[in-house]
Amino acid sequence: MSAMVPLADDVSAFLARRARWSPLEIAFWIFAFATIWLFPGKYLIMKDTAILALFALSLDLILGYAGIISLGQAAFFGLAGYFSGLVAKYGIINEPVIALVLSGLVAAALGFVTSFLVLRGSDLTRLMVTLGVSLMLGELANRYSNITGGADGLQGVTIAPILGLLRFDLYGHTSYIYSLIVLFICFVIARRIVYSPFGLSLRSVKGNALRAAAIGIPVKWRLVAIYTVSAGIAGIAGALLTQTTAFCSLDVFSLDRSADLLLVLIIGGTGYLYGGLIGAVIYKFLQDWIASLTPQYWQFWIGLVLVVIVLVGRDRVERWTAALRGAIARLGTRLMARPASLGSAAPDGH
Amino acid sequence: MPILETIRLEKRFGGIAAAHDVTLAIEQGARHALIGPNGAGKTTVINLLSGVLKPTAGSILLEGRDITALEPHQRVRLGMARTFQINQLFLDLTPLETIGLAVSERLGSGADWWRLVGSKPAVTDEIVEIVERFRLADVMHERTAILPYGKQRLLEIALAFSCRPRVLLLDEPAAGVPEAERQELLATIAALPAEVTVLLIEHDMDLVFSFADRISVLVNGSLFVDGAPEEVARDPRVKAVYLGEELDA
Amino acid sequence: MLTILFDGIAYGMLLFVLACGLSVTLGLMNFINLAHGSFAMAGGYCTVILVNRMGIPFALGLPMAFLATAVLGGLFERTLYVHVYARSHLDQVLFTIGLVFMSVAAIDYTMGSSQQFVQIPEALQGQFDVFGIGMGKYRLLIIVVCGLLTVALQLMLTKTRFGSRLRAAVDDQRVARGLGINVGAVFAITFAFGSGLAGLGGALGAEILGLDPTFPLKYMIYFLIVVTVGGTSSITGPFLASILLGIGDVAGKYYVPKLGAFVIYTIMIVVLLLRPQGLFARSTAR
Repeated sequence: MSAMVPLADDVSAFLARRARWSPLEIAFWIFAFATIWLFPGKYLIMKDTAILALFALSLDLILGYAGIISLGQAAFFGLAGYFSGLVAKYGIINEPVIALVLSGLVAAALGFVTSFLVLRGSDLTRLMVTLGVSLMLGELANRYSNITGGADGLQGVTIAPILGLLRFDLYGHTSYIYSLIVLFICFVIARRIVYSPFGLSLRSVKGNALRAAAIGIPVKWRLVAIYTVSAGIAGIAGALLTQTTAFCSLDVFSLDRSADLLLVLIIGGTGYLYGGLIGAVIYKFLQDWIASLTPQYWQFWIGLVLVVIVLVGRDRVERWTAALRGAIARLGTRLMARPASLGSAAPDGH
Repeated sequence: MPILETIRLEKRFGGIAAAHDVTLAIEQGARHALIGPNGAGKTTVINLLSGVLKPTAGSILLEGRDITALEPHQRVRLGMARTFQINQLFLDLTPLETIGLAVSERLGSGADWWRLVGSKPAVTDEIVEIVERFRLADVMHERTAILPYGKQRLLEIALAFSCRPRVLLLDEPAAGVPEAERQELLATIAALPAEVTVLLIEHDMDLVFSFADRISVLVNGSLFVDGAPEEVARDPRVKAVYLGEELDA
Repeated sequence: MLTILFDGIAYGMLLFVLACGLSVTLGLMNFINLAHGSFAMAGGYCTVILVNRMGIPFALGLPMAFLATAVLGGLFERTLYVHVYARSHLDQVLFTIGLVFMSVAAIDYTMGSSQQFVQIPEALQGQFDVFGIGMGKYRLLIIVVCGLLTVALQLMLTKTRFGSRLRAAVDDQRVARGLGINVGAVFAITFAFGSGLAGLGGALGAEILGLDPTFPLKYMIYFLIVVTVGGTSSITGPFLASILLGIGDVAGKYYVPKLGAFVIYTIMIVVLLLRPQGLFARSTAR
């Protein structure tokens, strides 16, 4: 009986520490916000990186935490992209933040509706359905070109100042700060989800859906919920893109976009939330570099990278990046007294 | 009223009846063992009871309530939990996370996406209690995948127990457990609270006869004999079915 | 209306020849080959080079496209695909998408991005008028060729020894190996043959489907729909599915031009809702 007190303390201390922001995370975000002042000439590319990071975050939630393979996040990205563009163009909603939230909700609604299809059947049917829905939406956007602008894209979109105060400027200053803040807010929400009992139940479903059901978890509804949330976040990313470029075109629905997203997550790693962010930064660097060498055939090199990564073995790449992350994390947590097994900054979903 | 009943339960796969006319009545607090030769259909019965399989005919009553049409997770909510013959664990989670998950689910925070795991003291207390009961304290921060088999088996049962079931179905809990770790396992099973009704499938006759107060014998999908351990041990037909030796315990 | 039926059947049969290799590969190796369309494209461009630029007669160009693509398929299978068979579906998807991107960019670089047309011999241009039904001669050729191919495929599957080995390996790989069937060789030959068929379909279809570097991306979803709806455990499944989709697409685009393209997608979703394993698949669990 006397051993009980230390054990309870150990357990509650562990659980309390588990979700605490590690010094490394805090440093990451301080640096992220510092880039506003550190790299004033690079707002446009940093803004694109932030949007890509948010988009990748949405996929990580379902792929890394719930194990759902999707080639169709572009559907939500594009739907919200066009929605936000249209409400701005026709003056239906004149305040960007409200439009952003609403676009996210619209995308989430689509996510909810399609989730039931996505959760039926095997991996192949999942791929089919997710791919099919985004291609279908692209086709719809193409057909109704009188509304969407078709292949030319949505023209004549003007975005009002944020909260009526902050105008979008030519240098992308406002755009970047806006995107970064939105990314941060969505990240915090995702982080809460992931550390919550709900998030833990998702990891259990990914690990062993049969057992999850056998301990009382309503597997289908949990997956529907996270798929809906993920769709909403993907939608917010899409709306951000439209709002910060005042433009939306058919390629928001393309396979390229969904494939690039997968590549971002492979580079960065899945299941620890920062994979999408880090992967997006690396991807953008790569893209910038390769595009300066061969602008037209960028797709070839992307394809090659994908092929090579798969041949080398995703798990081998994972192990290298995980080892690297672990080393950095151990460096960062040496200040705090923690048991060695808790060295990483976030739960390792591998 | 028996806490768990099956009425003429049947499961056919094509032309084969894996379970046929299985009628069981298990009283509250019972320690009931289900034995039989390999392929007799014992795991099928557990799968039917827990909802993994849907019966072709017959019904299942839990505390008088018909649960035949319910999904597995719904049955857990009503107080029935099971273990698996081959460990079905969450290999990437630690025992602490695993048990914490089940306890959170049970205490209703399963869908809570805002609060953090362990922010409720009730959850923490229960986790501690279960970790201690199942002797997992020394390994609770390790990834399940690297635990020794005996500890994994204990976790398997601990996980089902975390659902605080009124009826616990154990599918060959001692299977594959090395000799050195067996005692710990058997002691843990023997120490299960008296109010929990246990239905046990086992081949290990030591365990069966030391644990059970009632034994049912399943052969080719049908109930063969059903009675107190001494009766079953003495019954010559049971010996014939098992080829004798094991029942001379 | 019968003309539409005729066109739909031609389109459907073309889809079948294009997609059946994918169906067999998926059923046999449980491998999702999204790059299947790239082999079709290769066959199309091969024919363009042979017939347009080298002056080889069309009738010869077709089988040569088949052979060239089959060889290409076999090469890729032995050098690249074989390493990826045991991987997860996500890995297979990523791998084959990577191949698609590479093929699209490569063709764009070497052949340009504009649409290519195969020079069809005079004899195949125009149409017959039979009882008021306008039968395009080229489409008639497609129906005949594809029909013969289908019959030949079915005969090969059911009457030859290779066919029975293939069916055994599709049904249960481990047992087939245990029976001494060289499953690796079956894979290689089947993959090569399926790719060759895709190439032939690409060559035949250049006229109807349009041949440009984005072909694999545009038509990937159609092949996947055929396989999803038709299932992967027979030839007849994808065959019927292709005909259904071909007629549905052509009729849809004719009668409801604004939304005609969605007929295919709608059929796919409805089928997936009702029978996730395909309309014609045997309901055996994998």
